[in-house]
Amino acid sequence: MVDITINGLPCKAREGITILTAAKEAGFTIPTLCFLEGTTPQGACRACVVEVEGFAALAASCSTPVNNGMVIHTNTKRVRNARRDVVELMLSEHSGDCQTCVRSTDCELLTLAQNLGIRNISFTGESLKNTIDSSTPALSRDPGKCIKCRRCVTICHDIQHVGAISAQFRGYDTVIGPAFSRPMDSVACVQCGQCAAVCPTGSITEITHIEAVWKAIDDPARHVVVQTAPAIRAALGECFGYEPGTLVTGKMVTALREIGFDAVFDTNFTADLTIIEEGSELLKRLEDALVHGKEVALPQYTSCSPGWIKYAEYFHPEILPNISSCKSPQQMFGALAKTYYAQKIGVDPADMTVVSIMPCTAKKFEAQRPEMNSSGYQDVDYVLTTRELGDMIKMAGIDFLSLPDQKMDAPFGISTGAADIFANTGGVMEAALRTVYALVTGRILPAEGLHIKPLAGLEGIKTAEVTLTDTVDRWRFLEGVTARVAVAHGLGNASELIERIKETGEVFHFIEVMTCPGGCIGGGGQPRFTTDDVRRARIDAIYREDEGRELRQSHDNPYITQIYEEFLKSPLGEKSHHLLHTTYEERETVEML
Amino acid sequence: MISASEHKVDHLMESLKPGHEPDETALFPVIDDIITSYHGQGGALIPVLQTIQNMLGYLPENSLRYVSKAMKIPFSEVTGVVSFYSFFSTQPRGTYLIRVCMGTACYVRGGNEVLEAITRELGIRVGETSDDHQFSLEVGRCFGACGLAPVVMVNDTVHQRVKPSKVRELIAQYQQAAAEKMEAAL
Repeated sequence: MVDITINGLPCKAREGITILTAAKEAGFTIPTLCFLEGTTPQGACRACVVEVEGFAALAASCSTPVNNGMVIHTNTKRVRNARRDVVELMLSEHSGDCQTCVRSTDCELLTLAQNLGIRNISFTGESLKNTIDSSTPALSRDPGKCIKCRRCVTICHDIQHVGAISAQFRGYDTVIGPAFSRPMDSVACVQCGQCAAVCPTGSITEITHIEAVWKAIDDPARHVVVQTAPAIRAALGECFGYEPGTLVTGKMVTALREIGFDAVFDTNFTADLTIIEEGSELLKRLEDALVHGKEVALPQYTSCSPGWIKYAEYFHPEILPNISSCKSPQQMFGALAKTYYAQKIGVDPADMTVVSIMPCTAKKFEAQRPEMNSSGYQDVDYVLTTRELGDMIKMAGIDFLSLPDQKMDAPFGISTGAADIFANTGGVMEAALRTVYALVTGRILPAEGLHIKPLAGLEGIKTAEVTLTDTVDRWRFLEGVTARVAVAHGLGNASELIERIKETGEVFHFIEVMTCPGGCIGGGGQPRFTTDDVRRARIDAIYREDEGRELRQSHDNPYITQIYEEFLKSPLGEKSHHLLHTTYEERETVEML
Repeated sequence: MISASEHKVDHLMESLKPGHEPDETALFPVIDDIITSYHGQGGALIPVLQTIQNMLGYLPENSLRYVSKAMKIPFSEVTGVVSFYSFFSTQPRGTYLIRVCMGTACYVRGGNEVLEAITRELGIRVGETSDDHQFSLEVGRCFGACGLAPVVMVNDTVHQRVKPSKVRELIAQYQQAAAEKMEAAL
């Protein structure tokens, strides 16, 4: 511990922490822009400068460690003026359209300018040009609104290990973007949208489908169905001022009906279905290896997270055979909505629009993959992020806070607790083990509260073991086998795990990968701003949703039994193969010209 | 400085045709050798790029793509470094590369006027190469010769205290050298 003084208050601070952290812990707020929790400070924006006695220049508090005896002032005339100058300089070149910008209610630059009391901009000069790059399905980039804080670069390189964007050129000409500031579709971007999630301004945002969805809803000839991903219900409330981790499932359903969707369904249903298909696939791989002595690709990796799929296609094509051939729950839903459900209600799939509400931007990319049309049409037409749904509810004039709770429609609105936990890191694995264990042994997974403790939490890479004993006849070859599973979230962690397996030969049977830190609850399409505290609150909410359910194992879902009886026949069967499974393609990270 | 094996470099140089990017089959093995010679050293990207540029006079885009792949550095980061430093060029340059210093000292002592004079004299703008491929014009950000400001570098030669009125003479000297070289070649 070191002794420091902040604004006249003597405090103790842990050695090595920054002035910013020490001040926060002592109860003093220092404004920041480029600072991003959990990453190496950039010191790029200078909004967090403070005065340190004995220092000639002001110090950037985010990147200056505390020293014993340091006397710090966070609120002097010099500090206030410097911060104001810094922000005025940013504003002087910022090509904002603050009245109509999608970020006008949560823009960190605007908020900071307001908090600093900036009422006029003393600097005049050239403004940045608004050159909007909307070359990819999911993300739009406008360097005119960029303040070069480099949060997006940090998250893209250090957390996701993708490196699609960096600072290009120099000085005033600096552009944060792909190589030579070319369009995003020319580089290996996985569309995860973590850049959009951390952008302080409206420079990087999702490409919106709101208008297209209104158009479909307003067309009386169209049957418009909506599916909501498990992670939405634990975060949507934040768009309306609820604390992170407030569950708003019932209100969300009511709001979707009021918006005008013809049927309100749950991606949870196809999450349950994913467990049946993916679990069967795992058992088949194990049987092929252990009984038939075949060469099979193990460990099996999960396939729900489209950013991870694209990442593997670019950066780890060698493990594509290991990735489950199951489509993601979103795409299974689209394929079944336009076949099974359309037949059931007598609607021509040509007249049906399938809309997804996703915590994710990569889902917009996934829906447009050319192979995702096994119904004969594009299986999922439009994808809205949680944020976009929040906007639509506001546009519809719905008073979200006072809405009553309603339930989703059958058949695709019925699901189990195992589907809920698809929303968080470790959840898909836990859900899969609940079902696989039950299938193989005929007993319920022997874990307290059905939770596998080592797989919970925000640790980047997690592992667990489950030993199978007293197996039923069908799966007797697994008697005594200890299944080893691993979970990684954030693509950097996924990459690290893949390399670790390659180097050490460590044996795993099943591995869950989620693109975004924390899993879908921390997705690129979730309400801003997602910190670890917010992640934990949302994860707690998801576990509460799971624990509150009567049915908590996917194979207990009666509508899953029904859809196999009526339509799909058997897991991994012909119909499943056609509608629920897919293939992957190797992609070049840097193509030679 | 060039750490590629000599016969590979010879092969590469032979394969270079004016106006064409270097042949990949000749270029990439040379880049491999350069990268290998820096193996295990942190911060090798800049020296690797320098070596390639010294050899070819510029950095063809495919060389950057190849460096990105071979060194496992994101392409956006490689181009970020290349576009940051004025020393690097992705365009082929003329026989004589004229770099006018625009660092603070040179700027204050008339660097900009010198640049304007050169622009007029050669009829090309910053970043361009003359039609006869003799001259390329660029600006630099401090060559570390502030005491001699304003400074102009032509290839590796530093010209000190350049005056706009002396620019014509300076360029003529190189034009003459070029003409003599051409004559000798014929």
